Amino acid sequence: MSKQINVALVGNPNTGKTSVFNNLTGLNQKVGNYPGITVEKKEAVVKLSRNLKAHILDLPGTYSLNATSLDENVVIELLLNKNDKDYPDVVVVVSDIENLKRNLLLFTQIKDLGLPTILAINMADRMDRKGIQLDVGLLEKRLKTKVNLISARKNKGFTELKQSIMDHQKLSVNPCLEVSKIDKQYFESLKKAYPKQDLYKLWLVITQDVNFGKTNRNRMTSQNGFQPKSDSEIKRLQQKETIKRYQFINETLKETLTKDLALAKGLRASIDKLLIHKFWGYVIFLAILFLIFQTIYDWSTYPMDFIDESFLAMSEYVKDVFPLGMLSDLISEGIIPGIGGVVIFVPQIAFLFLFISILEETGYMSRVVFLMDRIMRKFGMSGKSIVPLVSGTACAIPAVMAARNIESWKERLVTILVVPFTTCSARLPVYLIIIGLVIPDERWLGVFNYQGITLMLLYLLGFVTAIGSGWLASKMLKIEFKSYFVVEMPDYKMPIFKNVFYTVIEKTKSFVFGAGKIILAISIVLWVLASYGPTDDFDNAKSIVTASLDVTELSQEEINTEISSYKLKNSYIGYAGRAIEPAVIPLGYDWKIGIAIISSFAAREVFVGTLATIYSVENDDEQTIKSRLAAETNPVLGGPLFTFASGISLLLFYAFAMQCMSTLAIVRKETGTWKWPMIQLFGMSGFAYVVALIAFQILK
Amino acid sequence: MLTIASLKKGQKAIIGEMTSKDIPLKLLEMGCLPGNHVELIQIAPFKDPLYLNINDTFLSIRRETAKLIHIELIPDE
Repeated sequence: MSKQINVALVGNPNTGKTSVFNNLTGLNQKVGNYPGITVEKKEAVVKLSRNLKAHILDLPGTYSLNATSLDENVVIELLLNKNDKDYPDVVVVVSDIENLKRNLLLFTQIKDLGLPTILAINMADRMDRKGIQLDVGLLEKRLKTKVNLISARKNKGFTELKQSIMDHQKLSVNPCLEVSKIDKQYFESLKKAYPKQDLYKLWLVITQDVNFGKTNRNRMTSQNGFQPKSDSEIKRLQQKETIKRYQFINETLKETLTKDLALAKGLRASIDKLLIHKFWGYVIFLAILFLIFQTIYDWSTYPMDFIDESFLAMSEYVKDVFPLGMLSDLISEGIIPGIGGVVIFVPQIAFLFLFISILEETGYMSRVVFLMDRIMRKFGMSGKSIVPLVSGTACAIPAVMAARNIESWKERLVTILVVPFTTCSARLPVYLIIIGLVIPDERWLGVFNYQGITLMLLYLLGFVTAIGSGWLASKMLKIEFKSYFVVEMPDYKMPIFKNVFYTVIEKTKSFVFGAGKIILAISIVLWVLASYGPTDDFDNAKSIVTASLDVTELSQEEINTEISSYKLKNSYIGYAGRAIEPAVIPLGYDWKIGIAIISSFAAREVFVGTLATIYSVENDDEQTIKSRLAAETNPVLGGPLFTFASGISLLLFYAFAMQCMSTLAIVRKETGTWKWPMIQLFGMSGFAYVVALIAFQILK
Repeated sequence: MLTIASLKKGQKAIIGEMTSKDIPLKLLEMGCLPGNHVELIQIAPFKDPLYLNINDTFLSIRRETAKLIHIELIPDE
C-alpha cells in the first residue's frame, strides 16, 4: 500500500505560489472552504513515486506568521495544531528570487517551528536577466535546509522539488533564530513556567490570537515566576524579533547573493512612468475598464444566443419525445428553462474573471490601488476598495470577501456595504433582455450602439451609486479607526496563461454550482406554483373559458392561449402575483413581473428564468422570452407593457435593489452581525422602489 | 525632524527611529527597519500615497504613516 504525506505550500503574496501549486498538481485540485469560515482552501493529491503520494495544501499568502486577517490566521492555526488532519509533514516555502530578503522572514519563522521546511525559490529563470547570482550551497548551509531553484513559468526544477519533498525526513529541524535571544529574561521565565512546551510556539500563542492545544492565550497567567507583559510591550518584542530576523537574513544574503544593480531596474520604472502618471494613469485605467466591458458585451452575445436557442430546442425535443404528462412538463417547462437561465451567463462571467485575473497577474491592480487611494478615501474607502468594486462587476460574493485585504475596519465595512451596488453579472441578463426590448438597436453618430451605451451607463450608474453611498456611509458611521495602508508594488509580469485559465474555470464553476442550485430549485417551485391552483377555477379553466367566449370566431390556437392565460391567473402564483400587483403597477409593471421581482430576491438572475417559466406555462410554443415580453400588454394603461418608461423603471429597480440572498449571507459572515445585511436589504430596496417609481411617473 | 514624508522624488535616506506605536507591524515585516535604505520612487497624484523602495521591496504607504518614520538623508553622490 502506498503512503501519503501532507505537504503545505506557504509563501508571500506575489511569489507565484499559486503557479507552483498548479504545476505540482495540475487540474486534479479541489477547491473548498475551511470549516466555518469562507477562506478558500485549495488542495490536491499527487503521486510522487510508486509508493508515495502527497496531499498538497495551498495555504493563503502571508508576509509573516503575525496574522492580521482571517486568511493569515488559517496558516498559523494549521502550523501550530499537530492534531489537524492536514498538519504538514513538510512545508515548502515559496519565495521569489527578486524579493528573497523579504520572503526569508516568513521562511525563518516557519523553520523555527521545528518542521522540515524546504525553500523553493521561484522565478529563477529571471536571474540572468536581472543580474542576480546566488550561492545555493552556502545558502542551504546557513538556512540549514534544502533550497530548490524553480521556475513555474518555464516549468523547471519541479522534479528536483518533488525529490526534496520525498527526502524531507533528512532535513534538519534546527531553528534559524534562538527565540530566547529576543529578550533573555522574559523567555527564561516563560521556559520555567512551561518547561514541556516549545518556546517559539508559546511565543506565537502569546502574540497571536489562536488556540494551541490546551494552552491558550487567556490561560497563560502569571505562575512560577512568569509575568505576562502588556500589549504594548509585546508589540515592542515583536518588533525586536523582526529586527533580529532581518539581521540574520541580511548577514546570510550578504554572503550568498549578489545583484548587479544596473540590470535590476529598467522595465518597472518605464512602465510605472506611464501607468501611474497623474493624467495618463487615469485615462489608461478608464480606457481599460471601457475596453473590458465593451468586449464582454460583444464577445458574449454569440455564445449567449447559441445557449438560448439550444435550451429552447432541448425543451421542444423533450416535449416531442417524452410521453405527455406532468413529468414531461416539469422537465421541459421547469427544469430545462431553469438550467438555461444559469448557463446563459457563463460566457460573461468567464470573460470578466479572465480580465480581472489578467489585471491581477500582471501587477497592474496594485498600481490602480496606488492611483485611486487618495480619491477613494474621500468616499470613506481605501485604494484597496478598487479590487472589490471591480470584482463586484462579476459577483458581489467574492468581492465582499476581497475586502478582507483592507486593514482599517471602517474602510472595509463601507466597502462591503456599497459593493452590491456595482453591476454584478447576475444583473446582466436582466439588463440585456430589457435593453433589447426598449432601447433601439441603432447607432449614434453611426458608431456607438445605443444599446451598448445604455449598458455602459448602467455600469457607470452602479459605480457612481456605490461611491456616493460610500461617502454617505462614512459620514454616518461613527467608528474610530487608525487607517494604515501597506501595499506591495510587485514587478510587472506577463500573465501565465495556465493560472488565468485555472482561475476562470474555478470561479465560473463555483458560481454556476453555487447560484445554479438556488435558481434550479426556484424554477421548479415556480413551475409547481404556476401549474396548480387553489380553486376549481383552475381545473375547470377549459369549460369556463369556452363558455364565456364566442368559440366560433376564434381559431383553436387563440382559444388555447386564452385558456392558458386564464389558468395562470388562477394558479397559486397568479393569486400571489395579483395580491402584490397594486404595489408594482405605479412602477409600470404587471403581476408577472411582480412575481419575477419577488423571486429575484433569492438571486437576480432568477428574473429571466422566472419569466421563462411563467411564459412557457402560458404560451406553449417556441418563442424566445424576448418576443414573449414584447407581446405583453399593460394591465392599466393598455398598450405594450414594455415601453421606454417601464423599461427604464425596471432597469433602475434592478440597478439599486438588494436582491441576492447569497450576498446577504456573506455580509453576515464577514461582519459578524445581521445588522449590516439588513441595512443593505431594506435601504437599497427601498431606494430602488422610490427611484423606479419616480422614473416611471416622469417618463410615462 | 525629517521623516519619509519629507523626501522628494528620487531622494534616498536611511531609516532612523521608529518609536510610534501606530506604525503597523506589517511595515516592519516588509523590511522597513532602522538602518535600512529607503528611496521615494513616486508620489501619487493628489500627493498621497507614497511609492517607496525600502530594503529592495517596492511598496506604497500613506503620508500619515510616512510621517511617523524618521530618516537621515544620504547626500547625493
